[in-house]
Amino acid sequence: MTATVGQQAQAAARASDVWKVYGSGEAQVVALRGVSAEFERGRFTAIMGPSGSGKSTLMHCLAGLDSVTRGTVSIGDTTVTGLGDAGLTRLRRDKVGFIFQQFNLLPTLSAKENILLPLSIAGRKPDPAWYDIVIDTVGLRDRLDHRPAQLSGGQQQRVACARALVSRPEVIFADEPTGNLDSRAGAEVLNFLRNSVREHGQTIVMVTHDPTAAAYADRVVFLADGQIVSELIEPTAETVLDTMKKLDVSAEVNG
Amino acid sequence: MLRATLKSLLARKLRLTLSGLAVVLGVMFVSGAFVLTDTLGRTFDAIFADAYEGVDVNVAAKPKIAMSEMEGEQQAPPFPAGTVEKVRAVPGVAEATGVVAVDGARLIGSNGKAVASFGPPQLGENWTGETDLIQLREGRGADAADEIVINKGLADAGKVKLGDRVGVLTPMEPKQEFTIVGIFGYSGGRDSIGGSNEIMFTTPVAQRLMLGEPNTFNSVSVKAADAVTPESLRDSVTTAVGDAYVVKTGKQLSEEAAEGFKEALSFFNRILLGFAAVALLVGTFLILNTFSIIVAQRTRELALMRAIGASRRQMIGSVVLEAIAVGLIASVLGLAAGIGIGALLAWAFGNLAGGLTLAGIGVPLSAVISAFAVGLIITVVAALLPALRASRIPPIAAMQDVATPDRPLTRITVAGGLVSAVGAALLFLGLSGNAGGNTLVTILGGVLFAFIGVALLTPLISRPVVSLLGAIFAWSVPGKLGRLNSGRNPRRTAITAAALMVGIALVTGVTVILDSAKSSISGLAQDTIKAELVIAGVQSGPRPPTFDPAVLEKVAAIPGVQLVDGEYGDLAVVGGERTWVAASSNDTALRQIFGVQPTAGDIDRLGPNQMLISTDTAQDRGLSVGSTVPVQLARGEPSTYTVTGIYASSQLTNGIVLPAEAARDFAIPQPVQGFIQLAAGTQVANVQPQVEALLADSPEVSVADRDAFIDQQAGQVDGLLTMIQILLALAIVIAVLGIVNTLALSVLERTRELGLLRAIGLRRAQTMRMITVEAVVISVFGALLGVVVGAGLGAAVVEALKDEGITDLVLPWTQILVALGLAAVVGVVAAVLPAVRAARINVLGAIAHD
Repeated sequence: MTATVGQQAQAAARASDVWKVYGSGEAQVVALRGVSAEFERGRFTAIMGPSGSGKSTLMHCLAGLDSVTRGTVSIGDTTVTGLGDAGLTRLRRDKVGFIFQQFNLLPTLSAKENILLPLSIAGRKPDPAWYDIVIDTVGLRDRLDHRPAQLSGGQQQRVACARALVSRPEVIFADEPTGNLDSRAGAEVLNFLRNSVREHGQTIVMVTHDPTAAAYADRVVFLADGQIVSELIEPTAETVLDTMKKLDVSAEVNG
Repeated sequence: MLRATLKSLLARKLRLTLSGLAVVLGVMFVSGAFVLTDTLGRTFDAIFADAYEGVDVNVAAKPKIAMSEMEGEQQAPPFPAGTVEKVRAVPGVAEATGVVAVDGARLIGSNGKAVASFGPPQLGENWTGETDLIQLREGRGADAADEIVINKGLADAGKVKLGDRVGVLTPMEPKQEFTIVGIFGYSGGRDSIGGSNEIMFTTPVAQRLMLGEPNTFNSVSVKAADAVTPESLRDSVTTAVGDAYVVKTGKQLSEEAAEGFKEALSFFNRILLGFAAVALLVGTFLILNTFSIIVAQRTRELALMRAIGASRRQMIGSVVLEAIAVGLIASVLGLAAGIGIGALLAWAFGNLAGGLTLAGIGVPLSAVISAFAVGLIITVVAALLPALRASRIPPIAAMQDVATPDRPLTRITVAGGLVSAVGAALLFLGLSGNAGGNTLVTILGGVLFAFIGVALLTPLISRPVVSLLGAIFAWSVPGKLGRLNSGRNPRRTAITAAALMVGIALVTGVTVILDSAKSSISGLAQDTIKAELVIAGVQSGPRPPTFDPAVLEKVAAIPGVQLVDGEYGDLAVVGGERTWVAASSNDTALRQIFGVQPTAGDIDRLGPNQMLISTDTAQDRGLSVGSTVPVQLARGEPSTYTVTGIYASSQLTNGIVLPAEAARDFAIPQPVQGFIQLAAGTQVANVQPQVEALLADSPEVSVADRDAFIDQQAGQVDGLLTMIQILLALAIVIAVLGIVNTLALSVLERTRELGLLRAIGLRRAQTMRMITVEAVVISVFGALLGVVVGAGLGAAVVEALKDEGITDLVLPWTQILVALGLAAVVGVVAAVLPAVRAARINVLGAIAHD
């Protein structure tokens, strides 16, 4: 809406007036109501909101995992909306990285093989210097030959992070990455994500409902009822929590 | 609990369908066999119920040699015409007709070939006028010596018509020409009775050609006077004719004739049941696998049940109940399919036998009971292990996100080793001939145990082998992932592969044995038979093809022919024992053509009532040169023979050789094979056409050079081999279902993983390739196991048969390579559906939701 040309060039991911409607008739659920948002390159953005607010849907639409009902989504200079399966696959392979709550590692592959999997699928060789940096940052050098089953939850999630980072995607989408971890392991992962943004210019969009996790981000976007309702720059756990409380109150008032 | 079970069953109907299909096929064969036997049995009962219509009592001379249905048609020997008079004089006899009816009258059809029989008799008879059963359709009865009347079925089979001049081959004389003056059918508009054909001559001609003696008959058909029952007439006729005759009522004959056909049928039945067994064995593997996978996938759900208070017994009950439901449905479907298959086979059989009027398709109780028993037992037994596993799931598993840990393979390997050892021991026992009367059962048991043992050992072998096989595909990322997937659950891969192993092992084993036998015997024949040309035919029915003995003398007169020998053979009773005897037209043939060496006495000359025996026979019967033995041939009175020579046994020549004169009293007094030795320097090509010309009137045989003859004889094995291979292909088809099933289940199980791979950029085509590689690796692994196990079993049998003359071990390399190649293709085909399914997985659905 108000975006300038310069800002457009900087945006790693963008949603313009995105609507997402599930079902039809009486069973119709509107998950997103005209969301427009930009996620700047080299920033760590958190998307927050109460459950049912549409935060996960927004991320899925941004990542090309789900289609939008109306509006457009783009990643870098690629318009995601309207891409076929082949185009989406290519997009995911070359421009997007994922980190999931459930880690989602392949049990048959070693940690190293899991990390390099996106590159081997794409048929690309890893940049050795970058690979070393990633491995050292996640601190897994002595665990590289282990299978996922031999790693702790935190270690598995760090492998998953390394897998997302190693191909240097345009943007990494992280869906509740600390949801399955204890607070210490969670903090490790979040620190690691923040460092990859600060030190290596990676773009990360993270969905979370945990204010402490959101506090690691550079910016927090708040969603309620399928719309962006608020935004915080340089958040702290307290400011996030306050905003959340206000949202809950307004939701109760509106409801 | 019942509700929960049924609900979960419905939820997984697709997964169970494929494994149920294997049971359906097995049950289909079992019930199909019963339906077929029942239908054809009743058909034969109906056919023969009136085959002796109008015959109240039948009188025949006692056969000299008792024969079973598999050895050929029982021939009633001739007796003097006076017996007919004797029977006619018995009080209560209204009518007594002398009848000639002997198997072996072969019509030469319009194509110049003898109409062949695949079992039913080809009767040569005397025309005694129309009866209730036999009704002329065209023409009239036979009056002159060169006239015949034939049944409609034969006229159709030989494509001949009324007024045609046709050749007929008979047991006693070479080809003769006749005019067809009448064509008859049977009551009820039938063209043939049970596929048998009849040629009717005038009585003197029939006596000469079929019995070889004028004024003889081989049965008397008797009509009772009014108010005399067949049974009482039978008894009075028996008293009148004495012990040398067998007197039976028409009803008894009908029953016996039908029994004979049914006995032949039971062979067919056993084949079907054999395949049912193979199908069910493979099916058991499949069901075991499906239930194991389902239990593994439902770990959380089952643990939850335990957590909310279900007992172990309830857990087992729940899985077994599911198995019962699957077994029941499969049995019903299998029974239905079996009825269909039985009806289809009966129809095919009826057509093959020349338009049999089938009795209505019946479903005997035995078919229903066996269908349900087999279907249920197999399914429940196969589901028992997974059920036990389900009961051992700890309730806590519901709370944890447990990846099913890899259980160690020690126990299963030890069990596999033990079972294999039992199998090997049974095989050894059976093959070494130490199993008493249960050799076949012991060997089959050994094979079964060996299969199960190998299947249990397979998980251990699968790791290195699958990884090695997979290495072929590991050059691409999907290939590498596929390879890893096929190795990740050794038990699952093993059972799937083992199901394929069974079929391929059986095919390979049978091929090894038959090929080895073929090669050994050809090799031996190559080395021993010293004849450049051989006269022989290919046997299609119970009767071997024969030729005119006069040809032998004419061949001997051809310039360049050094030695000619005609070989005869028949069953005889020698020293009280039924045994096969041979006779040569040429006394010196044994040594000169078959290279037989004497060990005692003189084997070059054989006078009347003298016999030669092999060293084996001498040892078995405790005979030596000079011993005398009573011999009863198919015809004539018993006489005493003296052993005048003993020769060294070989695989080709073994047993008793009688002088040429004895062949006249053989059931078929015509030679079945002729061996022609040429003088040095004579061209085979010069002699062969002349012999061919001489055989113009013996269309059942032909003359070939020695190698062609050996190939032809050895080639008879090929037909059998092809049939076995086609039928065992079914086991392979079932195994393919198993691969489809395992993969489909694995794809379901790995939905999340597949979603992830797609999320990080694996293309659809790559996903499909990954699944395909997994399938190909599993199926090639199964084929490899099958080939190794089959070759091993085959080699063991060949080794055991070394004493029987199977000395060459022939491994069918081409076939082995074909099997492996085919397995790869099978893998690709089996992967299609699961791969499409995997490729269609909704990425978001797979990863975002639990």
